[in-house]
Amino acid sequence: MSHRKLMASLALTAVAAGALYSCKPKGAQAAVSGDAAEKAYVAPGKYDEFYNIVSGGFNGQLGIYGIPSGRLFRVVPVFSQSTESGYGFSEETKPMLNTSHGFVPWDDLHHLAISETNGEHDGRWVFVNGNNTPRIARIDLSTFRTAEIIEIPNSAGNHSSPFITENSEYVVAGTRFSVPLDDQNGDVPINTYKQNFRGTVSFIHPDPTTGNMSIAFQIKTPGVNFDLARAGKGKSHGWMFFSCYNTEKANTLLEVNASAKDKDFIMAVNWKKAEEYLKAGKGKKEAVKYAHNVYNESTHTATSTMMNEVTTLDPKECPDMLYFIPCPKSPHGCDTDPTGEYIVGSGKLAALIPVFSFTKIQQAIANKTYDGDYDGIPVIKYDAALYGEVQKPGLGPLHTEFDGKGNAYTSMFVSSEIVKWNIKDLKVLDRVPTYYSIGHLSIPGGPTAKPYGKYVIAYNKITKDRYLPTGPELTQSAQLYDISGDKMKLILDFPTNGEPHYAEAIPASMLMSKQRKIYKIEENMHPFVAKGEGQTKVVRNGNRVDVYMTAIRSHLTPDNIEGVKIGDEVFFHVTNLEQDWDVPHGFAVKGANNAEILIMPGETQTLAFKPDRVGIFPFYCTDFCSALHQEMQGYLRVSPAGSNVALLFSTGKNNGATANPADSSKAKTTKP
Amino acid sequence: MKTKLSLLLFFFSAFMIESCVSKTPTHKEKLDLQELTKNQPEEHGAEVKPGDIQLTYPLNDQWVTEGKSIYDVKCSSCHKLTDEKLVGPGWKGVTKRRSPEWIINMVTNVDMMLEKDPVAQRLLEDCLVRMPNQNLNRDEARKVLEFQRKNDGE
Ligand SMILES: [Cu+2]
Repeated sequence: MSHRKLMASLALTAVAAGALYSCKPKGAQAAVSGDAAEKAYVAPGKYDEFYNIVSGGFNGQLGIYGIPSGRLFRVVPVFSQSTESGYGFSEETKPMLNTSHGFVPWDDLHHLAISETNGEHDGRWVFVNGNNTPRIARIDLSTFRTAEIIEIPNSAGNHSSPFITENSEYVVAGTRFSVPLDDQNGDVPINTYKQNFRGTVSFIHPDPTTGNMSIAFQIKTPGVNFDLARAGKGKSHGWMFFSCYNTEKANTLLEVNASAKDKDFIMAVNWKKAEEYLKAGKGKKEAVKYAHNVYNESTHTATSTMMNEVTTLDPKECPDMLYFIPCPKSPHGCDTDPTGEYIVGSGKLAALIPVFSFTKIQQAIANKTYDGDYDGIPVIKYDAALYGEVQKPGLGPLHTEFDGKGNAYTSMFVSSEIVKWNIKDLKVLDRVPTYYSIGHLSIPGGPTAKPYGKYVIAYNKITKDRYLPTGPELTQSAQLYDISGDKMKLILDFPTNGEPHYAEAIPASMLMSKQRKIYKIEENMHPFVAKGEGQTKVVRNGNRVDVYMTAIRSHLTPDNIEGVKIGDEVFFHVTNLEQDWDVPHGFAVKGANNAEILIMPGETQTLAFKPDRVGIFPFYCTDFCSALHQEMQGYLRVSPAGSNVALLFSTGKNNGATANPADSSKAKTTKP
Repeated sequence: MKTKLSLLLFFFSAFMIESCVSKTPTHKEKLDLQELTKNQPEEHGAEVKPGDIQLTYPLNDQWVTEGKSIYDVKCSSCHKLTDEKLVGPGWKGVTKRRSPEWIINMVTNVDMMLEKDPVAQRLLEDCLVRMPNQNLNRDEARKVLEFQRKNDGE
């Protein structure tokens, strides 16, 4: 290649690279206005105005941030084991990650829904989805801990969930993949998709008082892919809207084959009607298998129960329950405005945003203005359901939230921007760049009937050139925009933990007033609790050794344990005797194959340990708790199998040498 | 986030964030979070003044028993009933050394004591572990005091 040719091809490459990046907005600095720092600054010792509850995506956790500062306060483990709290490692929390497939220690968490009363956030719980092995979890917002997880049968890739109705009557979960349902023979050729694959959407009912979830019913659907959903509200309360793609029912190269049609669907579900059919006995009980895991706050222990039945409704026997509304090009977001009248579809590949009218949908149903049917389900004529289209909003519309002042804000993945438009006249009012490739966006209270409308937060997929680089993997990020004026103003970038998908924000005062500080030791009903050092002991049962241990600044009791042998399994049940806020103790023992644990004040948690060799195994507190924290340590002596070293335990005085070494069956205590 | 070491070194009260903000937000009102969380006394935390505690004779046996069970769960890890120091000072003679108000405040209002009481401050220098807030209310602390009086041979 001649020098000239090389230069030319380099230039071409540069142009091509430029073209690749041309979808990225330019001039990041120029986009930040002078008073940005002031608006996002929360002085030391001051509180943020909102809690931002942010999906961690593939890390299976939730991040809790402050808005407007963007400070990270906590990572809440939900579908993944946590090397911070011991969740999923301690004996008490392992059952939370149990499924019909066994223990699943890492899942993918996408969306969340804060519980609502009268269409507004009530701050009690947040529901989240486990995508890969379909599950819905409930997190208690007074503890920021996972309280319950229910597996969803007849589902695969639980993406279209969770979305909540305006009085938390239901949390819905729609399957991403249609598959042969659980009671069918699934051993079928994949290219028989059209005959054998079906979808479902599940309606989960949280108990209004306890929040405890049960699957009220599942609706069987044609074999499409469900993407996202939103509940109706106000006038459309009683309806749920699901976006669908792959109405082509392709089973390979979906990138091409599921984008063939000009329009896919939004599926409208009249769930009040479904309730009537259930009452009328149209529900069919089907044999399935799914786990239901509940954490008990008084025993500090989770239980996992295998369930074996679910009630399904078949639309063939339940007319007027489901309708399809054509929606351009692979709809993703499907968002209802605060009044409940408008349903915004966001076709990922569409060059416009269709806005549907609930009133028109009802008229179309009354007049049967249909465009035939899809697998027996009426398809409403596009124009009969359509309120209007937002023309040329940008490229790749994904999600829409609302400010409560008549405006909608749509994230544009391909053109990397947020577009503000008026719901009534469908005119674009403003647009701001995001850095880069925005996925979801969030306005405090944005999905509810009463948004707070002060900020919009962009959750971005790509952060190249925005942060100090850290090897091949760069941080994920969010960006905060002030939307209190006519124009959106970028005021802050902040990194996020994991990949942020959806997020919601809620006024801080709704949650901070009810935060749990300690677990009362008097109310601790753990079967292996030691309420005070007087109750500490070591008990042998065959090869099982239970250590009832206490932790308080700055010692563990007992801290000398002898008489454990190879072949034993030792359960350290550590009770934290502290009764003050923010004083956890940790526990770790050398060589433990499992993990460490972290114990909140008044709580009991258990670490199981199987010694692999003879010797002295030190253990200690892993959480810096006091000036003498480094002294908070002890020793476990492990003897050979069959040894006759007596079981001894003590703190303060170890009289082990004077014990009868021959008597290995009788426990002996030396008290401090 | 952890209060621990800094609290220990500087015995300041950092615990402004206390319980029971009953106010729920409305959409119109401007929220002042700092205001919301002020003046939220802990349930156990009000200062006990001289004369607030009546010592009665003979000892109230039921209080002694209940005080003993509280001691077993919440105090015995650090305080022996002899004069031997463990994490904190042994309790032998404590009711002779200290006033009833001092004892109750040390249990229920340790932040205030470490901020202004010279004896409490000296004890922290000796023990190097803050007397933990064990979440006792005044009634419970009073029962523990009764048990201490019993321990001191009253
Ligand atoms: Cu510790």
